[in-house]
Amino acid sequence: MVNTNKTKKNNREDLEKIGIQIDADETTDTAEEEDDDNEEEDIKQPAKIRKKQNNRKSSKPSDEDEDNSDEDTKLKARNNRRRLPVQNGIRKNKNDKDDESDEEKSTDTAKNSRTKARNKDNGKGEESDDNSELEGENKKTRKNPVHNNNRNNRNNANKRQKDEDNKKVKQANSRGNRKGEKDNGKDKKKKGKSSSSSSSSSDSEDTLSEGELAKVLEEVEEKKMLIAAIRTKAWRMKRKLTTLKESQEFVEKFEGALGKGKGRKFYAYKVMMMKKWIKFKRDFENFKTSCIPWEMKIKEIESHFGSSVASYFIFLRWLYGINLVLFSLTFGLVVIPEVLMGLPYGSIPRKTVPRKEQPTAMDFSVLWEFGGYIKYSALFYGYYNNERMIGVFKYRLPLSYFMVGVGSFGYSLMVVIRTMARNARENGIDGDDGDFNFSWKMFTSWDYLIGNPETADNKFASITTSFKESIVDEEESQKDENIHLRRFLIVLANFLIFCCLAGSGYLIFYVVKKSQTYSTLEELTWYQKNELAEEESIKNKTLAMVNSFNFTNSTSESIPAIDPADFPRGPCWETGVGLEFTKLTVSDILVTYGSILVGDFLRALFVRFINYCWCWDLEYGFPSYTEFDISGNVLGLIFNQGMIWMGTFYSPGLIGINILRLLTSMYFQCWAVMCCNVPQSRVFKASGSNNFYMSLLLLILFLSLLPVIYTIMTFTPSFDCGPFSGKTKMFEVIMETIQNDFPAFIGKLFSYASNPGLILPGILLMVLAIYYLNATSKTYETANLELKRKMQMLRDEQKNRRNNKYTVNPMLQDLEDLLPNNANVNKPESNQIVIGKQPNEATRANGKHGKEMTLAPPPPRMVVTKPPNPRQVSHIPGQPRSGTPGSGPRRPSPGQSRH
Amino acid sequence: MGSKQSIFTEEQLDEYQDCTVFTRKEILRLYHRYHSLAPEIVPCHFNDCADIKLPLELISEMPELKENPFHQKVLQVFSEDKQNKMSFNDFLNMFSILSDLTPQHLKAHYAFKVYDFNSDNFICQSDVEVMLAKLTGDELSDEEVQLVCNKVMEEGDLDGDGKLSFTDFEYMITRAPDFMSTFHIRI
Repeated sequence: MVNTNKTKKNNREDLEKIGIQIDADETTDTAEEEDDDNEEEDIKQPAKIRKKQNNRKSSKPSDEDEDNSDEDTKLKARNNRRRLPVQNGIRKNKNDKDDESDEEKSTDTAKNSRTKARNKDNGKGEESDDNSELEGENKKTRKNPVHNNNRNNRNNANKRQKDEDNKKVKQANSRGNRKGEKDNGKDKKKKGKSSSSSSSSSDSEDTLSEGELAKVLEEVEEKKMLIAAIRTKAWRMKRKLTTLKESQEFVEKFEGALGKGKGRKFYAYKVMMMKKWIKFKRDFENFKTSCIPWEMKIKEIESHFGSSVASYFIFLRWLYGINLVLFSLTFGLVVIPEVLMGLPYGSIPRKTVPRKEQPTAMDFSVLWEFGGYIKYSALFYGYYNNERMIGVFKYRLPLSYFMVGVGSFGYSLMVVIRTMARNARENGIDGDDGDFNFSWKMFTSWDYLIGNPETADNKFASITTSFKESIVDEEESQKDENIHLRRFLIVLANFLIFCCLAGSGYLIFYVVKKSQTYSTLEELTWYQKNELAEEESIKNKTLAMVNSFNFTNSTSESIPAIDPADFPRGPCWETGVGLEFTKLTVSDILVTYGSILVGDFLRALFVRFINYCWCWDLEYGFPSYTEFDISGNVLGLIFNQGMIWMGTFYSPGLIGINILRLLTSMYFQCWAVMCCNVPQSRVFKASGSNNFYMSLLLLILFLSLLPVIYTIMTFTPSFDCGPFSGKTKMFEVIMETIQNDFPAFIGKLFSYASNPGLILPGILLMVLAIYYLNATSKTYETANLELKRKMQMLRDEQKNRRNNKYTVNPMLQDLEDLLPNNANVNKPESNQIVIGKQPNEATRANGKHGKEMTLAPPPPRMVVTKPPNPRQVSHIPGQPRSGTPGSGPRRPSPGQSRH
Repeated sequence: MGSKQSIFTEEQLDEYQDCTVFTRKEILRLYHRYHSLAPEIVPCHFNDCADIKLPLELISEMPELKENPFHQKVLQVFSEDKQNKMSFNDFLNMFSILSDLTPQHLKAHYAFKVYDFNSDNFICQSDVEVMLAKLTGDELSDEEVQLVCNKVMEEGDLDGDGKLSFTDFEYMITRAPDFMSTFHIRI
């Protein structure tokens, strides 16, 4: 509103410059401005009516100085637009003249148009003295929500307006400049209302000073900020919408006026691009959200089971997203290029099923174990050829294989850490749990997502239980006799845990030792030797055969080559690793699904239908339905993901299997949870465990990354299978690329960079940076703690001060109490009991007492504000009335009670 | 999407997207929900000028709100007029505030309004008692209720006037780990 008022003022100045006398309106105007402000909140009529009004107003040009703010902004905008081109001083005079005449015309046209439009019944010109007041009323009536039935009012208003117009015209006439132009104005009537309205005050000012420009710019920026932040305002929708419209209009009108001279075009262009960009961003957002799958499914689960179960499915969906990215990377950059551009199946030995496996290669039992044709397909590492470039595009497949393998680890790490950081940021400022225990239970325990009666009942029950537990805790904390027992229990529990750990450690040690003795029996060294020898011999044989093959080929083309299936081949350990992980994954899937089917579905069926003919209630009795095991399921997902990460380098197809698994598991588990699980009877905090699961995922990712990177860096790849065959180490593929495809200086650069002389300082620098950041974060932490402590102190101080205020009264009260107490000790034995039982009863009773006495203002905080002091709750109800008289003398001094 | 878009004009959709945290799809979905509550009153195509309002009782039948012990108060807070009716604008606003993208301070603002049952701009003892009754039924004894009320006041009341002002409430609620996830309705 402030802005619009400002513009309004400007506008009025303009008008004054022109020479119209608006003193009559001056007062009304200001009055109306206030009115506007007040009404802004209260306007209840729909936007369209408002719009209508605006239209009507703009059709009555001489009214515009009393119009509301958006009208003004419109005009101002027009002024600005018009103003810019007319900056040369030569035409100034003429312009001024024109302005005046225009002005005159416009008032006349206005008058004419209005007389025409108006009914005859109010044609009589009434002179009213209290113009301003009436104007205010007039305005109000026009804004009235009950728009239809105030015709009378409007007529009156029209009358008044007309009067005013007449007055104005008179004033104008009295200046005696252009009487003749009145007719002119009449003729011009058909020129259109809008033109007259715009011309009325436009062209008046000719230059826009720097200061004004800056002001306008500032306002525009302000409005833009408002538009961006409007969704975070706690306003009614109506107000949001109108404010939005106003500010959008404002920005629209003024943005064009901001640029100057040469920069103007660029500025306009910039503004346009900005708009386009915002539009694009919004469309993209829309697209993105429409791509998020299973929104409705999760919502349904949420309403049935609350947010904690749904969090599992959200986690599943998030994992699915990550896997989808990994999948598209692996398949798009490795598998599909190899299938499309690489050599076809059966062309070379590594892409062919060996002769002796061929008869069984299509058997189901073999395929089920991922043997046969599956083993020699693009799903596994061994299938890939070590040709440096394949296809017409010279696609560097080995390099891409290596980069994708490492890159997917990098991507996963990044995503997990980012999510963790975000989670940590979101609940970064959670205070100490003890601070707001009850308040949090009170205000945040109800889950607004719940939309199922059964779940709601469970939730109510669990909230009640948690309240009761807190109450018991609160009572327990008052008694300190238990502290030794509690300590003892804590020590005992820790001791037992330690025993368990030690026992399992010893078991592991024992088993490993035993297995090692077994393996020594089998002569490990011999086995290894044997294997090595075998590999060597195969290598030699292959080489010989390849030589003979080449030889035969070169000597005579006609002799048919040896079938690739007959080639002797070495063990391809990479494929073996991939195979094992694939098998593991598949069996995990089967076990998971099987357990859901048997453990959940069959049990639910049993409970549901056998319940009719059973001797006890199965549904509420022993077997009952299962609850959804969130942590178990989440852990299962995490370990599955770990296997995927570990295996995917040696088996690119594994990620595809995982995608299928997650997809089916989403539907299957959604169905299972809705069909045969019941809401949890005890609701856990979902938010606290979020980052725990994430950190577990991170740990697993790290653990699965270690062996893969280790094998890449140290092991020699198999000589006759996979994209890295023939190299001594897998990462040599990078060096090869640098050597062959990059200019020489980059190779040099890399050799310098890999110099220990550079790496060591680099590591040192990183360590220093970590140390520095760690130190700063520690500092912040201490500062934070300090602030917290100060706040706490402030709080305590306030409380103390408050208590002091109150304790003055209780002190007097106590004194008063003392006398009658000493005088008549009614029930000494009851007091005796009270005090014997609870030594601190006195303080408590004091509070109660204070409440009962109406002499002094009841100290409501009295009872409450002694946090650690023993407080008795359960025994109070029966006591206070009988106990009050006697409790006085034994009460501790007020200073103590103030505590 | 072609047929759906005719419910709103593009400008209306843009405006609503500016004013709420929703995307176009969600706004359309919400309008469908609003429409399906009373198909005979609400027209198929959104009409800006028509003064269409639904009684709160009808809206409280939505499964998202039905089980909520505070649904009456929630609806009251978000409905604009005092005649227990709610327009689509308010409806949209309500779910926008309750969606998970809304910033915390805004949620806290409205949560305070919701929990301020006697609308005196403070959460006082009576409000807490009402809340507790709604949350736990009659399970707690009077003494326990009293204890809980006192504890809540003791924990939250920073300025010591015996009731929670908005500042107190905001300070407390923004530290609650569960607030953002529980004061949330997915639509």
